[in-house]
Amino acid sequence: MAGAFPQIASVGLGGLLVRFAAHLSEDANRAALAFRAALESAGWDGIEECATSLASTFVRFDPLAVDAGALSARLSALLSEHDWYAMPLPHGRRHFLVPCAFGGDAGPAFGAAADAAGLSAQAALGALTAAPLRVMTIGFAPGLPYMGDLPDFDIPRLKELVQVPAGGVALAIRQAIIFPNGSPTGWRHVGQTAFRPFQPEADQPFTLAAGDEVQFRAVSEDELALIRVADDPTGGAEVTAL
Amino acid sequence: MRQIIITRAGPAMTVQDAGRPGHLGQGLSRGGAADPLALAEGAALWGQAGAAIEMAGTGGVFTVSEPTRIALTGAPMSADLDGRALRWNASHMMPAGGVLTIGGASAGAYGYVHFGGGIDTPLVLGARSAHLSAGLGRVLQSGDKLPLGPDTGQTTGMGLEVPNRFEGGVLRLVASVQTEAFSAAERARFTDTEFTRDARANRMGMKLSQAGAAFATDAQLDVLSEVIVPGDVQMTGDGVPFILLPECQTTGGYPRIGTVIPCDMPRAAQAGPGARLRFRFVSRDEALQAERGLRDHVAGLRRAIRPLLRDPAQMGDLLGYNLIGGAVCAHQEEE
Repeated sequence: MAGAFPQIASVGLGGLLVRFAAHLSEDANRAALAFRAALESAGWDGIEECATSLASTFVRFDPLAVDAGALSARLSALLSEHDWYAMPLPHGRRHFLVPCAFGGDAGPAFGAAADAAGLSAQAALGALTAAPLRVMTIGFAPGLPYMGDLPDFDIPRLKELVQVPAGGVALAIRQAIIFPNGSPTGWRHVGQTAFRPFQPEADQPFTLAAGDEVQFRAVSEDELALIRVADDPTGGAEVTAL
Repeated sequence: MRQIIITRAGPAMTVQDAGRPGHLGQGLSRGGAADPLALAEGAALWGQAGAAIEMAGTGGVFTVSEPTRIALTGAPMSADLDGRALRWNASHMMPAGGVLTIGGASAGAYGYVHFGGGIDTPLVLGARSAHLSAGLGRVLQSGDKLPLGPDTGQTTGMGLEVPNRFEGGVLRLVASVQTEAFSAAERARFTDTEFTRDARANRMGMKLSQAGAAFATDAQLDVLSEVIVPGDVQMTGDGVPFILLPECQTTGGYPRIGTVIPCDMPRAAQAGPGARLRFRFVSRDEALQAERGLRDHVAGLRRAIRPLLRDPAQMGDLLGYNLIGGAVCAHQEEE
């Protein structure tokens, strides 16, 4: 991982990864999003799809149709055309204020996460609700947002996997995620929402996009139960354009 | 409307096609048949691509509402039609109301039954595949009825010689973004180790077990989440390797020691419980050559089908067969 960024690495036989940083950073995330958008609008022959992770852009291609070395050179040339770290965020961003029950049965690892972060329960709740989190990328599972930055929660993943239900909120390495479906995870399950990041039956199946903001509003488990009754795919969120 | 009636469903049967490429950026992996080569073999046998039923480990009992061509591919399973044994890797004619019984696999993990015209359930995000980890579709259940599309072909009674990819063996890897995060000694120990496919496996991935120490890197638990592709061999937090399969997550932070090349993925997915697996790193050139070989093989499947040689002594209903038709189809059937 050492060396200057951005750097290009090979992924399997039919992928190239452009990395903008070794660690989570806001400008590297913006660079990855902007570089992906530029690649998608360029529409190069032989590229099958592009995607971003937190600080990297992935390009998938047919390895028998496209020479990886030539594609890598072309990516390098495009990289040198702009200061990608200075690019703006995507257009059409939205703000979601999402009700979330923290701790208790709704977030069994809340106390452990606060302890690992060296915070009191009250300070941990404040850190999770005080400010909006940026959706830095969608990945792992359909529609699943990786949100940050949470500098107070620079805590590692766990070695043992636990099961988290759909709508569960989990923390690790300065980020929060919301699970679209029940899933095993090594992240700490701190809260529960009725938010659905993936709605396969809807016209827009993926609720969030990279660049959107999510702010949690702490609610009791009883309030969450009432929100569930309404069966709103955004789980009672207030949505505003940014 | 022609339909399949599932009289008795095995424990893990799903509708599968080629899956949903193009949604990596939204966190949805491609999914699709665990053994795409078996789909291609089925398409070659009945001359038309389409969605089939994937059966993990064991099959079920099926009937059809109207005469329907079927093909059986993938992990070889016992199969009979109204009590008459059916050849695997072959196409057959199933009469209306006929009872197709598919039992357990004698080797491998995923068997496929293809029905002429293909399963015609509604497309969701461009495909019919169940993607269980994404919550798309579901495991098939006894009593389910599945519609079939129009069947443009007529050929049955054809067979295909299939090289054995159902008992594990050597999987070729290319280096990937985190290969260097493992020391040369750890990588050497990895390729020197014989693994056993653990009972814990599903369409997301298969766990591998081995007698030695866990495989570790220093970076293990704080690697930045990055893209994952099927074939990646991921070390979870406790250093146990998983081969990631078509329903895998799209990003992840556990380090991956390498990526199984696409043309070896059918062999990986078809390693049944207890199968032995080894890994060998290969150069990119060797991997590309192997991939080209697989594509040529798939392109040649249609030409490789042969009429089944029937033993008249075992044909209790000889007069029921059309002995001159069926085996030859004058027009080219296209996908």
